[in-house]
Formats: sequence, C-alpha cells, structure tokens
Amino acid sequence: MTSANIKDQPAGFSFAQYVTCLNGIVWREGLRFLHQRERFVSALVRPLVWLFIFAAGFRQVLGISIIPPYETYILYEVYIAPGLMAMIQLFNGMQSSLSMVYDREMGNMRTLLVSPLPRWYLLFCKLFAGTAVSLLQVYAFLLIAWFWDIEPPTIGYLTVLPALVLSGLMLGALGMLISSGIRQLENFAGVMNFVIFPMFFASSALYPLWRVKEGSPMLYYVCLFNPFTHAVELIRFALYGRMNWVSLAVVGGCTAVFMIGAVFAYDPSRGLSRRGPAGGET
Amino acid sequence: MMEPEKPIVGNNLPDLAPKFDPRGTALSIENVSHSYGARRALDDVSFTVAPASFTALLGLNGAGKSTLFSLVTRLFVIQAGRISIFGQDIGLAPGEALRLLGVVFQPRTLDLDLSVAQNLLYHAALHGIDRREARLRAAEVLARIGLADRADSKVRDLSGGQMRRLEIARALLHRPRLLLLDEATVGLDVNARAHILSHVRRLVTEQGIGVLWATHLLDEIVPSDDLVVLHQGRVLAHGQVARIIADTGAQDINSSFMCLTEAAAELGSLSR
Repeated sequence: MTSANIKDQPAGFSFAQYVTCLNGIVWREGLRFLHQRERFVSALVRPLVWLFIFAAGFRQVLGISIIPPYETYILYEVYIAPGLMAMIQLFNGMQSSLSMVYDREMGNMRTLLVSPLPRWYLLFCKLFAGTAVSLLQVYAFLLIAWFWDIEPPTIGYLTVLPALVLSGLMLGALGMLISSGIRQLENFAGVMNFVIFPMFFASSALYPLWRVKEGSPMLYYVCLFNPFTHAVELIRFALYGRMNWVSLAVVGGCTAVFMIGAVFAYDPSRGLSRRGPAGGET
Repeated sequence: MMEPEKPIVGNNLPDLAPKFDPRGTALSIENVSHSYGARRALDDVSFTVAPASFTALLGLNGAGKSTLFSLVTRLFVIQAGRISIFGQDIGLAPGEALRLLGVVFQPRTLDLDLSVAQNLLYHAALHGIDRREARLRAAEVLARIGLADRADSKVRDLSGGQMRRLEIARALLHRPRLLLLDEATVGLDVNARAHILSHVRRLVTEQGIGVLWATHLLDEIVPSDDLVVLHQGRVLAHGQVARIIADTGAQDINSSFMCLTEAAAELGSLSR
C-alpha cells in the first residue's frame, strides 16, 4: 500500500536542505544571543576580571620564560589570554549543553527534534550554533584585550578561527555528554565545581606546563591528559599563526569521541522522566 | 524580515513531502505501551486516525495523552508496539514519517523574543525549506490566520489565542498531512477556543488534513467526530462519537464518558 508508493519517491534530504537547516539553527541561536544582553555581558566580564585583576596581581609573581609560540619575553596577561578564550568557550559549551537537557529550552528542543532531519545532524547543528555564539564572545573579548596591550599578529585573528571552532565543538559536545551521563549534576553550580574549575585549573591556561612539572610531576601529567590543555595550546599557537599538531590531534580526536558519545547518550526524555513530561503533563 | 508580499491563498507551491497514499491510514498506533520506571503511562494502546478526519483523543489529565504525543513525534523512544504515519514507521523511517506530520504541543514552544516571521522562518529551515520559499509560505499562512500585519511583532506581544493560531500555522508550514494538537485550547478564553477549534475543523474539510485533537474538554467534541477515550493509559473506546454514545446506552458524550471511566474503575478494583 503506502510504503510501495513512497519508495518510488526520492526519500531523504538534499545537501541544500541540510545546509538550510544548519543556517536556520545558527541564525536563530545568534538572534537569541543578541536578545540576551545579560548573558553576553556576563560571558565577557568573567574573562576580563581574570585579565584585569588576576593577571595584574600575578604579573610580578610568575615569571614566564620564552616558550613557543612566543618569540620574546611576554607579560603574564599575554600568556593567559588564550586560556581565557578557551574558558569563554568552556562556560558557553557547558551552559548551552546543559540547557539542552534540563531547563526551559525544552520547548525549543521539541521544535528542533520534530524536524524530519536525522537527530544526530540536528544535535550537531545545535552544537555548531553554540560554538558560533562562543566565537562572538571570544572576538569581543579579543577586541577589549587589544586595548589592554594583548596584540597578537593581525593574521592571528584569522588563523585562530578554525582552532576556536574545533575547541568550541569539543567543549560543547563534552557538556552534552556530561549532562546526559551523570544524574547528580543537575545544576550549574555542580558543573562549575566538578567540571569547569578542575578542567580550567589543571591545564596550561594559567601557567605553562614546565612550571607545573617543577611544582608537582603528578599534576603535570593530569594537565597533560586534560583535553582542555590541548584546546588552550591549539588556540595559543593558532593565535600566533603557528600549528601545534599534538594539540590538534588531541582536540580533533576528543571532539569526534565526545560528539559520537553525546549523540548516542542524548535522550530527550531525560530531565522529564522523573516527573513525566514537562509541565506536569502525562 | 518579511517583505510586504501579496499573500498567496491556496496551495500552489511545490510540496516537499513525498507522495503518499491519501487513502491510507493517516496515523496508526498498534499495541503501544510505555512506562516511566515502574509507572505505566500507556498500556497496549491501539487506534487509527483516518485522513481528512477529526479524531478527538479524550482523556483526563494524566491519562497518557502527552506521553502518546511524545512517542508519535519521536521525542521518546518507543518501548513496545508500533506507530506509523501514512505507512511510514516512526521507528524505522522517522524522517519520512515526520515530514508528513505537524504538531502543536501543549506547552508553548515559540521563541517569545523573536518576531512572528522569525519563528516561522526558523521552523521552515528545520524542514529544509529555503529562505525564499519559506518567506512565501510564511506570508501565506499568516494571511490565513489573520496575522499578516503582525509579521514583525515580537511573539511576546501576541495574545494567547494569537500565539496558538501562530503555532498551528507554523505546524502547517511544511504542508503535513497529519496534524497533532495537544490540549491546544488550554488557557484560552471562550472566543479564542471557538476560533481555534473551527479553524482546525476547516483544515480537515478544506485541506483534507487528518487531525488528532487531544483534549479533556467534552464540549469540544461533536457527534460526527471520531473519538478515542484514553483513561489511565488504556483505550476504553474508539469509534464515532454517536456510536460510542449509543453503545454505552448514554444520553450524551458526558454521561457516556462517565459510564466508561466508572466501568474501568470497577474493573480495576476487581482485578486488584
């Protein structure tokens, strides 16, 4: 009966339709972001506090020797700028991924998930859109940082873009994987304490790994195996027009693994099942 | 932004959905069960919705209506049973099934901070409809629901009834052949309710869309409708309203519903 009829028709979707879908999701995420000014401001204030206050205070305490990709002695502010860029993406990735699973975005997730395009693709688009928003935040940060004498080579602003896309996808996918997998992490405070802070502090964001090694060889290895370290280093090198192949491999590999894991683990009934569907409906 | 285009009335644009057998069953639910942990929300539910028909899914709050909707829309994974839309299995060919389906969920799912047109264009993009075509269709559906002059208004500024009409218009943007509405009139005043209901009934008669209308309000049902009575996750009756009333020996749908649910309660206490 019907199935025979339908098989005669071209099933599935054209490449152009996939692109239309991606554009639409990124466009909407951008519009929403522009409407949420508080989110933008808080996303910027956080790294700027680190830059203006923390870095200024630590400038005299921590000496930085010449390490690649830097070719001269640098100020501590210059050193931590890539780490703060990655931190912006870390917060953004966790926030947008958690909201996909738990909070009021549920209504919007329903709209998204009844799209006939494959679910893995819809989730990828959503992650990509979150990454696009993080790029706006990072470039706004770079603009302000420029007035604070953090002036990477002009070409660096361009070469850092692919690195930021990859690290943004990795952190967004990680957020989705975490929020799908761990029951107890229901609020953002939990994620801050157990994911964001450990990842951020046990990385090369605030101090070069050779200094960590001097202090604690154990912590050095933790940092070395932390994917966030490699996101930071990928961004750091790319910002100065250089490539860090090891970091690229780690970030690329982790992105693939986290994304596949997140697509498998993502279950739209999560966050609902404890009390039935949203709003007390059944 | 929407261009001030002349609204197009009618259905003269190419349809993205693949061809389907219009005589086939619009929606087929076969032996579907679903549990949330130990709680059983749906128990061996089976019924069908014919094309160009208005089928009311009647049940009190907690009957399992929204769970059923979540299963039909692929939001939840089907635990047991089979659901198909015009012969397309939602588990095996979700893409082909979902492109034939439009849905209006009970909670509002519009972006309040975006404009009316932006909400429609976003939905169109999710169905792979390109910008140009989407603009045409948006103008068309907005004209049909009398919101053509509100295209650039923020959704937040619309009334509850207008939001619902917009949600219905959005659900029709990709030209589905089956429309699901979950308690679409909840929270609306009498006029808005009547307006929405008559609008949806017109979709059935004028465009041949199959409609599944979930409600707990008996006054939304007329004798010529098809009716599925869902109670505590089970189908108590399925058929034309007039026939169900006759079968239960009741005077009207109200007493018929009472009769069915009381019988189910007695059966429940006996089996315990």
